[in-house]
Order: sequence, then structure tokens, then C-alpha cells
Amino acid sequence: MTKSILLVGVGGQGTILASKILTTGLMEAGYDVKMSEIHGMSQRGGSVSSQVRYGDQVDSPVIEKGAADIIVAFEQMEALRSLDYLKESGTLVVNTEKIDSMSVIVGDQKYPDDVLEEIGRHVEEKAVDATKIAAELGNPKAANVVLLGTIIKAMGLDQIDWDQILEDNIKPKFVELNKKALRAGMEAVA
Amino acid sequence: MKKLMTGDEAVARGAYEAGVRFASAYPGTPSTEILENMALHKDVTAEWAPNEKTAMESAIGAAIAGARSMVSMKHVGMNVAADPMFTWAYMGVNAGNMIVTADEPGMYSSQNEQDNRNYAKAAKLAMFEPADSQECIDMVKAGFDLSEEYDTPFILRMTTRVCHSKSIVEISERDEKPLKDWEPNPGKYVCLPAISRVLRVKLEERLAKLAEYSETSPFNRAEYHDGSKTGVIASGVCYYYGREVFGDDASYLKLGFTYPLPENLIKEFCSKMDEVYILEENDPYIEEFVKQCGVSCTIHGKDMFPPYGEMTPDVIRASAGMESLPTIEFDRSKLINRAPALCAGCPHRGLFYRLGKRKDIMISGDIGCYTLAAGKPYNAMNSTVCMGASISIGHGAQKVFNMGDSGRKVVTVLGDSTFFHTGVNSLMNTVYNGSNTVNIILDNRITGMTGHQDNPGTGFNAQGDPTTMIDMETLVRALGIKHVKVVNPNNLDEVDAALDEFLALDEPSVIITRWPCVLKKFSQADLDEFDDLFATKDRVDPDKCIGCRKCLTVGCPAMNYKADEKKVVILKTQCVGCDVCAQVCPVGAIEKEA
Repeated sequence: MTKSILLVGVGGQGTILASKILTTGLMEAGYDVKMSEIHGMSQRGGSVSSQVRYGDQVDSPVIEKGAADIIVAFEQMEALRSLDYLKESGTLVVNTEKIDSMSVIVGDQKYPDDVLEEIGRHVEEKAVDATKIAAELGNPKAANVVLLGTIIKAMGLDQIDWDQILEDNIKPKFVELNKKALRAGMEAVA
Repeated sequence: MKKLMTGDEAVARGAYEAGVRFASAYPGTPSTEILENMALHKDVTAEWAPNEKTAMESAIGAAIAGARSMVSMKHVGMNVAADPMFTWAYMGVNAGNMIVTADEPGMYSSQNEQDNRNYAKAAKLAMFEPADSQECIDMVKAGFDLSEEYDTPFILRMTTRVCHSKSIVEISERDEKPLKDWEPNPGKYVCLPAISRVLRVKLEERLAKLAEYSETSPFNRAEYHDGSKTGVIASGVCYYYGREVFGDDASYLKLGFTYPLPENLIKEFCSKMDEVYILEENDPYIEEFVKQCGVSCTIHGKDMFPPYGEMTPDVIRASAGMESLPTIEFDRSKLINRAPALCAGCPHRGLFYRLGKRKDIMISGDIGCYTLAAGKPYNAMNSTVCMGASISIGHGAQKVFNMGDSGRKVVTVLGDSTFFHTGVNSLMNTVYNGSNTVNIILDNRITGMTGHQDNPGTGFNAQGDPTTMIDMETLVRALGIKHVKVVNPNNLDEVDAALDEFLALDEPSVIITRWPCVLKKFSQADLDEFDDLFATKDRVDPDKCIGCRKCLTVGCPAMNYKADEKKVVILKTQCVGCDVCAQVCPVGAIEKEA
């Protein structure tokens, strides 16, 4: 049975590295894996997403609406935007960070105060302050690996040797921080 | 060894394993990473050409001289490269040659979504369409053997989802192909009319042989599932989309070698089906051929599926009247737009902030990050067509404005890489035919939009080696432009002064706005030329800020308005101290961080 993981966020939040580590781990665990991203124009502060699918044999590299087993949103508004991709029985993890878009900065739109409430009306989301958790561990930029930890826990992928995969894919001086970040993420949704 | 690769990485891997020694490209999403990955191999010559035509011609020369070669481009790049490509098809190869086109159904990063499979048919070139990364490797390797066996260049037609999706591949060793001998062969390589008329006949003979190959190619295969009278014919990633929707309830004709198409295979498949769904993105390329074959089953093609966008599983379900997956409905009025925007510190900001405020001008734009200036808050672009078009469209418009009495002036804007691409010949036209446009070259010292590739103005080649840097100012003057100014776009007074002076001229002029892209990895030359390159930060003095929000109109993502305090704050994590906001503040509240 193919499983679908959707990572959404804002360009620059580290969704690409998180999905790279995730897909590497899934491949080494023996799964067939496909991952799809859109590069280019979207990276200039726009919405970004990484779509990861794994199982015995994966067909489509893209996740259709209503098909994601888990969505991990690196930003609140992006969680709401992606809500129709979630399976009715799916899991939603939301990083509580809010990032203003250009339309908010120039005053055309207001960032609503009740995004989490709107999400909560439809699904029981798991809110995680990954940026704060990562900052407490020493670097707020490790928030992406905290959120990766939430995926691993929620999808029951704990048996994979993630420490080794982090060592293979991250600069040595950041490995210890990221190992801690991964565990903190797993505990945050335990 | 097993690896996860994008389609682009896999194309480069396949080419490397096939013994390719020469690769050329101009960057363009979603094709850019093919050449970038090729450039990592030091035993390959990999080059960024100024444009796709030059890239194509270089690869043709390499194949004629005896090395397997490839050229890669985005779909619209093939329009630029089409001139040599059509005659190259007549000539045939010495060593194998691959032409990669990366099409963009859905237009994530493009100005149109043309279906370049039509080019294979029009130019009479063999074509492969991979569905995943493993097929990219397999088809590239098989394609080079076919290229030499059948004496033809071949097209590899990719799409965004194949280029940018990762899947598992098996990689193997490089097959070191020795260089082939070159000998003069005018009957093959000198396309004079008398010779081309002979080659034209040979081309038809070659196509007949390729049509036979198509019938037995391992890349065209039928998969029958017991008792299924519903068939799917698909090429590229659409095969997997079809499998996702129909699973084992349908039979499949998976087409990977798609020019020439296999007539007998298609007839045989259709004869066993009651109805056949043809899943292909954009044009009814396969559908028209299937219908020409005179099959008797019911065909569902563009009567059912859209001729635009991606043919993802949800689109197939909705178009075929199948039940869609249940989805969560929510209050969409709470969504805010998150369109891409110029980065904090982007050197285009200062120019467009001022240019957008000018009245009585038309701004003729081009392809690059700066196309974002068309939107709020700048509203500083009135046309965008294709690479290099800004200057020539501006020229034609200026000629017409000059026929009336509006006094309207045209300002054209394009980046450094776009100028080298095809802007140079446009500027030649402006000088030669005498219009008085103001042409602005945004020289940020790199090809920005596609992710920082070197170009003839950066001083480095695709493989990171230092090379001659083309001096843009000298080049512009050599074309006959007498009025040239180089300005710092972060200095708003300098921008305004140059615009005032040149807009008043009756002759063509060029303003070069020179400051590096904030995301660029700076060279020593950059650090020597530009003082304090993004080394400072700005801050708002809350005691001086009057909350007027004028600074927000520069459209910088590093700025935030705190409504409760009625003050603007600058995010330290984003600001790089370009000072554009500080020059806009009416009360001098923005200053350098100590």
C-alpha cells in the first residue's frame, strides 16, 4: 500500500533537505520511493511543497487531493492552504510559525489571527513550535529536522537508522544538533 | 548501486555512462540541472552557451568531429535552437547526438506550455519519452546506440514532473567511447540545395527504418490484464498517472519511443479493447495518430481530457467522470496569497521602485527574476514575451509612439544573461534602425532565476574555471550606443538621475545597473569591486518611526508592520543592508545597525 507524505512551507524553510533525508531513509529501508518538487519561480518566497510517496511499488510521483496520509506544514497558512490534500483519516502536523507574504507586508491582505482555529474545525491537528524547539537546541534553522522527526514518529518509521542517514547527509558540525532535533520532533508528537 | 535521482540527474548520469564527452546548454527550468550535473564530471566538457542555438550548434560540431554529445534546454529554448536542428536532422551524425527538451505542462516557471513532441514530427527526429528516472538512464543509453546505428540525432522529451521527481535508479560504470575519426564529407555535412535534396530522400528511408524499430522497441510495450477491455495508451509520466487511477483494471500500451509511433502495435492493442483512454499532456499527439490508424474501439482523448495543464490522477478522475477522493472543505477566505517576490537585498528593487513611478512610459520587460516587477508593489512592466524580446519589442513600440504626438518613451529592461542570450542582436537592431529607447541591463553578475549559473559576463565557465569576462559596457559601445551609464541600483538618486538624463534623449541609450544578486556566491572579483557587499544591516529607530508605512512600498520581505505599535520593524534574519528602504523613509528613521 503506497503511503503519501506532503511537506509544505515557504521557500527557504528547509523542506527540500527534510524530504531528501526522509526519502534516503525510506530507500535504504527497502521501500520503492518517489518524490516530487517544483523548482524555479516558486522559490522566491513563494509557497513550496515536497511530495513523498513510498510503498512496495509506487506509481504516481504526485499526491492528489484527499490522498495525503500526513501533511507536515512548516508554516500555519501553508497548512490551511494544503488542507484539501489530507485524507479524511490523515494526520496534520503544523509548525506554529507565521510568515507574512508580500501581500501582507504591503498591506493588501491581513494575515488572519484564527488560522489554527479554522484548521481545528476540520481536523485534530498537532501544533508544534518547531522553531522554538530548534532554537532551544541551539539553532532555529534545525526546525526542519524537528518536523522531520514528527513525520517519522507519526508514520511509524522509527526502526530506520536515522542517525546514520543524518551523518551521511549533513555537514559534520551540524550532525549532533540535528540528531537532537530529530528526537525532539519525535517526542513532540509522541 | 541504487540511488535516488531526479530525472535531470538521471539524464546526466545516462549520458555520462553512454560515454558523452561534450554537453552544452542554456539554463532554463526545468532542464537546468542536466548540464549542472554533467559539469561535475571532469572527464566531460560541459558548457553554458549564451543561448540554445549556440548550444545546439556546438553539440552538432562535437558530434560531427567524433564525440558523443548532448544539448539540453527548456521547451521554449527549442524554438531558439530550431534553425540548426531541422537541418541537422537531414545530415545525420558521426558520433551520437541527443537533444533534450524539458516541457512544462502547467507552466510552473514558463511563459507558455508548447508541446515539443510536435518538433520531433516536424523535424523528423527520433524521439524518446521517459516516465521516471530509471527510464531516463535507459533511454539515454539506448538512444545514443540508436543514434549511431540509424545515423540520426534523437530528441529526449522530458516534462517538469519527470525532470524534478526523484525515483530509484541503478547506476553503472561509464562506457568510454573512443573518439570517432573525422573526415571531410560534403555530401553529408554541407547542406547546399543539391546535397539537401539527396539527404531529404535518405531522411524518409531512415524514418521508415525507425518506424520498424518503434514496433519492436523495448520502450513500447503492451501490458494486458486478464479480461480487461479498457485500455490506456500513455507516454511519459502519464503512464504512472494512469496506473494510479486504473490500476490492474485496465490494460496499458506504454509508449516510450514516440516518433515514429508504432502503428501495428497500436492497432493490435486497440483491437483487443472496447474502449481506450489516451493519456497525454497538452496536444493530442498520440491521439491523432491512433485515429489515423483506423482503429474500431472507442477512443477517449481530448474530447474528455483537457489539452492544457498536467494530467495528474485527480484530473483524470474528474475528466473521466470517476468519483474523486473525498476532501476536507474549509473557509478559503482565510487564505492569503503567497506569490514569489524579489528577495531582501535584491538589486532589482531600487530600479523598479523608481521606474514604476514614472508616467508616460511603456516598460518592455523580459524573462528573469525581474519579471516579478510586473506585480505589486512596483507595477513596472507592460510586456513580457521571450528571452531578449524586451529591447526589440521596445524598439517597434517606440517607432510607433514616435509617429504620434504622445511623446511616450519606451524603457526596456532585461538581465545580464538575457542580454547575452539574444538581447545583443536586439540592441544592434535598435541602433541600426534608429529608435530612441532607454535600455536597462540589470547586471547582477549571474543567471539568477534558474539558480545561479555562470554566463559570459561572470568570469567563470560551467565547470568553475576562470575565463574571459565579456565587458558589457565595451560591448554596448561597440554596437554604436553613445550614451551609456553604469549605476548602483541601490542608490535611488543615481537611478533617477540616469533615467532623467536618458529619457530626454533622441538617441538610444543604455543604463547598466550593476550590483550582484544577493543569493550569489561572491567571487573575489565581486568582493573587490563592490564595497560592504551585503555585510551590514538596517534597523528602524522606533522613536523616529511615525508608522506611515512608506518604506513598505519598496516591497521588501525583510520588513514587517506591527499594527499594535504602529511601527515598522526590520527582520534581522533577512536584512542585508541594501538601504533602499532608508532612502524612502520621510523622517530618517531607518539607520545602519551599529
